[in-house]
Amino acid sequence: MNTTQTTTALKGGEFLIRETQAHDIFIPEEWSEEQKMIAQTCLDFIKQEINPRLDEIDSMKHPELMPSLLEKAGQLGLLGTSVPEILGGFGMSFNTTMLVAEVLGGAHSFAVAYGAHTGIGTLPILYYGTEEQKKKYVPKLATGEWKACYCLTEPDSGSDANSGKTKAKLSVDGKHYLITGQKMWITNGGFADVMIVFAKIDNDKNLTAFIVEKSYGGITMNEEEKKMGIKGSSTRQIFFNDCKVPVENMLSERENGFKIAVNVLNIGRIKLGSGAVGGAKFAISKAINYSKERKQFGTSIANFGAIKHKIAQTIAHAFASESAHYRAGQNIDDAYDTYIASGMEPGKARLKSLEEYAIECAILKVHGSEVLDFAVDEGVQIYGGMGFSAEGPMDRAYRDARINRIFEGTNEINRMLTIDMLMKRAMKGTLDLMTPAMAVQKDLMSIPDFGASDDDAVFAKEKKVIANLKKAGLMVSGAAVQKFMMKLSEEQEVLMNLADMLIEVYVAESTLLRVEKLIGIRGEKACEIQKEIAMIYLHHAVETATNAGKQAIYAFAEGDEQRLMLMGLKRFTKIDPYNLKESRRKVANYAIEKGEYPF
Amino acid sequence: MKILVCISHVPDTTSKINFIDNGTKFDTNGVQFIIGPYDDYALARAIELKEANAGTTVTVLNVGLAETEPTIRKALAIGADDAIRVNAEPTDSLFVATQIAEHAKGYDLVLMGRESIDYNSGVVHAMVGEMLGIPSVSPVMKLDLEGTTVKMQREIEGGKESVEASLPLVAGCQEPIAEWKIPNMRGIMSARTKPLKVVEPKTTEASVKTQKFELPAPKGAVKMISADNVAELVTRLKTEAKVL
Repeated sequence: MNTTQTTTALKGGEFLIRETQAHDIFIPEEWSEEQKMIAQTCLDFIKQEINPRLDEIDSMKHPELMPSLLEKAGQLGLLGTSVPEILGGFGMSFNTTMLVAEVLGGAHSFAVAYGAHTGIGTLPILYYGTEEQKKKYVPKLATGEWKACYCLTEPDSGSDANSGKTKAKLSVDGKHYLITGQKMWITNGGFADVMIVFAKIDNDKNLTAFIVEKSYGGITMNEEEKKMGIKGSSTRQIFFNDCKVPVENMLSERENGFKIAVNVLNIGRIKLGSGAVGGAKFAISKAINYSKERKQFGTSIANFGAIKHKIAQTIAHAFASESAHYRAGQNIDDAYDTYIASGMEPGKARLKSLEEYAIECAILKVHGSEVLDFAVDEGVQIYGGMGFSAEGPMDRAYRDARINRIFEGTNEINRMLTIDMLMKRAMKGTLDLMTPAMAVQKDLMSIPDFGASDDDAVFAKEKKVIANLKKAGLMVSGAAVQKFMMKLSEEQEVLMNLADMLIEVYVAESTLLRVEKLIGIRGEKACEIQKEIAMIYLHHAVETATNAGKQAIYAFAEGDEQRLMLMGLKRFTKIDPYNLKESRRKVANYAIEKGEYPF
Repeated sequence: MKILVCISHVPDTTSKINFIDNGTKFDTNGVQFIIGPYDDYALARAIELKEANAGTTVTVLNVGLAETEPTIRKALAIGADDAIRVNAEPTDSLFVATQIAEHAKGYDLVLMGRESIDYNSGVVHAMVGEMLGIPSVSPVMKLDLEGTTVKMQREIEGGKESVEASLPLVAGCQEPIAEWKIPNMRGIMSARTKPLKVVEPKTTEASVKTQKFELPAPKGAVKMISADNVAELVTRLKTEAKVL
């Protein structure tokens, strides 16, 4: 295994084969005063504008309410955080925009409207538009004067986006494209002024993107969809019937639409993840408070071990996910700066930097959304009967969370993507998985290292656990590749297992690095709780990865090979016993004392 | 017109309050600080006046040590033009008022909250008015300018009182004089480039010295009495609560 102690930037996906130094990652404890103020503005906006209106928003009785809230967010500048100053925005760093997405992730249906408008609605024009297109649309989108939506999904084309049937045909005079087709599940569809529409020109194989203004005509819609959650988010079916789009409104080139769709969703993914982490923190805080108020058997239920377990475990998962999100976000920012320094145009640099870390983005979409679902599920449980009642806040939190595992690429698609991208990079030679995978094979045949680590540096033992977990991942994925070769993509169950191993390696490592760096800054004594959290998460990660590895090995190996691999898995997932019960109690007590998610 | 808004740097309203050193010192560990909520109303009204009257400038002033600067910069992000920090611990009202008076000369309108929400003495505005020899009105819930005349509404027991005074003037403000302003992105990004002048305090003795702080006794358990059992309620109010 390559453990060179270099500080050159980690490439996307490279975390699996290279060690990262704690001082090289960004941790949320390093937010500047300005970034904290930005987060506070988002929080104040939720408190002042969203929370008092949650029921009204979800009732959909006032269709003008959501667009007016977007306009208010626009007045605060919240719609222009990713937009360069020259186009009326604020050109903030990617990590700052993730922080904004995180806090607004607690805004229920508004978070969805916000995400669709600022992400998939605005960014295609910002990153792929011509100068004229950018000047015409982006400043108005950044202030909220115009609202945007993104029309990709069709009744028969969801995860398989390039199979869409919507057509675009050049008009006889050559001045317009006439778009005809049906789009589905369109967020903000009910009030959007500007639509990013994907259609195939004539008999093209690939999609082309268009900027469509609602005023162009030929657009009709169904009523609002009735949904399980995010009920206040406008979701429409939209019909285009010879909608006349000026030829100059084609976005980028003909047949480049699928690439735009993929790249824009890529950005959406990591931000969706951070929004989910934000939502999880809100849910955890509510559950903690309720557990203090709710008395049974003569005491607060917060005093019960079973409740403390839930509080601590959800905190650990949210903390871990947050650590990984901002580590990746900083990598993206650093890559962007490098591209800019090499003379690349900003829009292109932004896309390239995100493309570089597309594996991490997919990992974080999955992890963030699953942490949120875990937190709201335990939140309902802590609330008990009140959790199931529509009178309590957990009802909405639980229902609203569920969509996150579905949209912007289902978690299954994203799991497959992580492995697919990793393999493609290995084949292209941008990521050398072969050498470390061979080293693991050799390792497997050698005598195990029974020696206890005598390194007393922070997390020395735990880092070894992570290094071994990476070996386990390489061993199982290497064997799967050898077994199935090009047919690996047909073994979706195994791909899910491999992705789970990869996800846990990334998140657990990020958590350890964050706490290690924090200890370096504040000292070990001040980071006692964070240290417990890192241990809780590390044990969870090892368990999850071990189970996933076993499932995969059972699926494709037999006889001696299976035995050898299971032995290897056991060796590479070895972790010393740790009293996690005590650990969770410490974390829970700390959070209960604080009365909220405590970091 | 020149407006001076005096802000205090106080614990967030949801903070857990503790005292250390034998109850003589407030424990700031883990406490988040904010602009005093009443001062925040005063600031919001000042910004509204600035927006409505061209040429108006708003300066914020805080008496505090370096750790109050994030709070001051938040006021700048909300829209104040510049700031003064008097580099001293705000020991008591007289000390704070003396420092404010030292810098408030030349301002047409000096606004602050009716009281700070930490020590709540509620007298600084009156002291500043006295020291400057100008009128001081509090608690002001509405404030409008007509030329050099200031029309205000004060909250009084059970009603409102309308008052008028001429500039210059000190006002202690409260809701609903204006709605709190959330700093926008442009404000936040420009806050760091706005001038924040640090000045040393005028030497003066504090007139009052704190001996000790005590927290109220923790609340006891709640007894639920059924609505159709009025007799028991009355008995308990007489014998236990001793309020009847």
